[in-house]
Amino acid sequence: MRRFTALYQRLDRLTATNDKRRALVDYIRGCPPEDLAWALLLLSGGKVGGARRKLATTGELREWVSEVSGNPAWLVEESYHQVGDLAETLTLLLPPATMRAPDQGLHAWITGVLYPIANAAAEVRRAVIVDAWDGLDDAERLVFNKLLTGSMRIGVSQGLLQQALAEVSGLEVAVIAQRMLGNWDPTAEFATRLLSTEPQIGDASTPYPFQLASPLEAAAPSLGDVNDWHLEWKWDGIRLQLIHREQEVALWSRGEERLDGRFPEIEAMAALLPACVLDGELLAWDADDAQPRPFAALQTRIQRKKPGLKVLAETPVVMVVYDLLELDGNDLREEPLQARRAKLHALVTGLDHPALRLSPQVVVESWESAAALREQSRERGVEGLMVKRATSAYVGGRKRGDWWKWKIDPMTIDAVLVYAQAGHGRRSNLYTDYTFAVWDGDALVPVAKAYSGLTDAEILKLDKWIRSHTKERFGPVRSVTPELVFELGFEGVNISKRHKSGIATRFPRILRWRTDKKAADADLLATLASLAN
Amino acid sequence: MEDLVIVRPEGMYCPPGDFYIDPWRPVDCAVITHGHGDHARVGMREYHTTSQGLPILQWRLGDQVYHPHEYGESFTLGDTQVSLHPAGHVLGSAQVRIAHAGRVWVMSGDYKRNPDPTCAPFEVVPCDTFITEATFGLPIYRWPPMDEVARDIAAWRDECAAQGETAILYCYGLGKSQRLLAELAACMQGPVFVHGAMATGVEVYRAAGIHMIETVKVSDTPKGADFAGQLVLAPPSAAGSTWVRRFRGAQHGFASGWMRVRGNRRRRNYDRGFVVSDHADWPDLLRTVRETGATRVIATHGNTDALVRTLNEAGISAGTFATHFGEDD
Repeated sequence: MRRFTALYQRLDRLTATNDKRRALVDYIRGCPPEDLAWALLLLSGGKVGGARRKLATTGELREWVSEVSGNPAWLVEESYHQVGDLAETLTLLLPPATMRAPDQGLHAWITGVLYPIANAAAEVRRAVIVDAWDGLDDAERLVFNKLLTGSMRIGVSQGLLQQALAEVSGLEVAVIAQRMLGNWDPTAEFATRLLSTEPQIGDASTPYPFQLASPLEAAAPSLGDVNDWHLEWKWDGIRLQLIHREQEVALWSRGEERLDGRFPEIEAMAALLPACVLDGELLAWDADDAQPRPFAALQTRIQRKKPGLKVLAETPVVMVVYDLLELDGNDLREEPLQARRAKLHALVTGLDHPALRLSPQVVVESWESAAALREQSRERGVEGLMVKRATSAYVGGRKRGDWWKWKIDPMTIDAVLVYAQAGHGRRSNLYTDYTFAVWDGDALVPVAKAYSGLTDAEILKLDKWIRSHTKERFGPVRSVTPELVFELGFEGVNISKRHKSGIATRFPRILRWRTDKKAADADLLATLASLAN
Repeated sequence: MEDLVIVRPEGMYCPPGDFYIDPWRPVDCAVITHGHGDHARVGMREYHTTSQGLPILQWRLGDQVYHPHEYGESFTLGDTQVSLHPAGHVLGSAQVRIAHAGRVWVMSGDYKRNPDPTCAPFEVVPCDTFITEATFGLPIYRWPPMDEVARDIAAWRDECAAQGETAILYCYGLGKSQRLLAELAACMQGPVFVHGAMATGVEVYRAAGIHMIETVKVSDTPKGADFAGQLVLAPPSAAGSTWVRRFRGAQHGFASGWMRVRGNRRRRNYDRGFVVSDHADWPDLLRTVRETGATRVIATHGNTDALVRTLNEAGISAGTFATHFGEDD
């Protein structure tokens, strides 16, 4: 594990992307494939433990470190609030190691030490973990504790990892990306196949990397002639890739998660399609309605792994498709968008199925008329417009220039800061997580939590203010005197029974600090509720 | 019985002695524990301090009415007998011992127990009530041996040298920088380059006979000088300033007890953090309280809550003073 620990330390210290890639390349070169496989899993956010393979709960780890270090539970908790990361807190609290155990690779640690004790009785797991702690130095302990507590979160994007793998193997990044998509087991065979220059038989259900859009921040006319662009509505649903190959259907979300079983009506429709790969949006949409239901309606469907008939009837879903990536075994991604759309149109019309709709082209004469249509987005239940270059190929990842999302401006309210909590990681021991409230009669009712939107200088200033205006402390949370007003932006408001205020805000964020306003000037709950759709 | 030290708007006050310790507002009589800005301020009519700390106060506060005292020397203030004892924090730093009517109170000021070649080591002063700092009052704060850290810094400079980069190490100008320069003398070759704001402090220490590695003021180097492969010491306020821009291709490190927690380093965007503190770590806070034999403890600044609760659970009556002291390290 020393080799991986050295990589972890290097990545933790580096901030420049190029330096990080170099560190990854150095690690991958000459790494035994059985260790590399685990490293890739961990760097991709994968976990060793989990619900089905219990190594140690966070409660047990706290308890064991309390016993081993002689610090009472409350002091372990206080320490955790200061550090903001459990794995690191454990590392800092453990007494110095009394020996240095011989080094073992990542694979040996995970499959030889941790897996054998998974789901064992607490005493068995405790004995092995406490013993392991005693043979590791601080740097190794941190990595080991990260294995126990969950993901590594080390600031390495999938893209960067794939670039490093491509550099070492001499393969295209796209090839690596495709081979890494989906579920894979961290075995030596996987690592070897991943880096192999021989063509690999891809699993038939392997999806293509999604093409992502960048927000359009410049004025739309700066894109040039409107006729060079293909416009569509920006749907507010779940991005979905539908794969029908070799009589098998797979549904993939953008989080590279298979959604099989959750949406049987989509799978039934897919089975009727010719062999193809479609890109589109999953939406809750009643057959008779002119527009889809809000995103929140999908929540009930996402949560159900095997929805019953009642759920299916209450919230019917459709797939609104906007791209065709593969047809009858031919990869179409290099073809221009217009050509792909023509084939897609034929496909959708030919099938004529209620669960499959074509995302219509929004035809406009000019950017002005596009802007005017965009203003109707909220009434149409969409998030704005998508602007795609008509001749563009389908490229995985967020390549700037071909796909733009031209979203409507967010709804805004003025709200009062009422609670603050310290952040995690980089922001630990700074108050960066804020709760905001609006007026309901004489009372301030919390309506949104926001973590972003302030500059570093503002965060520091606000942190100081919070410390000197604390009313009460509830563990890590402080209530503050309700004085400061912030303008919040959000994507939507939904009626919610789970929230005390009766509403739930979507993607709330801070737009600016309204130093010109007093708490009394903040908005009313009724105003916010009237925005609900 | 009245407490020997209480908090007033002006600062910590000793009623029977009619003097203040490290006051934050102008008063007649001030006893100063050490030269850091949150403890030594201008505006006092008279200053009592240690002989070793005098040059530091003269540097920081200019011309004032000073009464220097040797460590351990007893002097009378009002109805009390006062003496100053080494705190091991920075050159000339002191604990204040107050004896009155058979009772002894000690105010620690800032202190540490780890060896420091630039100042007299902390002395345990038995007392009834011990007023302690608690800057690092949590068990996550435990200091590594200083010689190890000094070797890490030397190795970091070599790493930077191999990549043609400058190693800029930020640290506080009074105390920390001189301690590092003294420790580095044992494990690497000089010179070390220093920021102008630090140079005066280094001179004060050299004049006091403290042995440190050879230093060169950055401002004394010719325009366009190449600092690749060199170690540069600068105050934290220089980070991100135009002054730093002259070092093209540099790594930035910070030497502080706060660097024990990764989040502190990452938040400030330092490449490296070196755990070097001039305050007591958690085990030493507890050890010191125990060794003084105090039955009552008052914590002044830092993570006071955890220390107070730990002591109370151990049967030592503990509370806090709300002071204006900072938590820089």
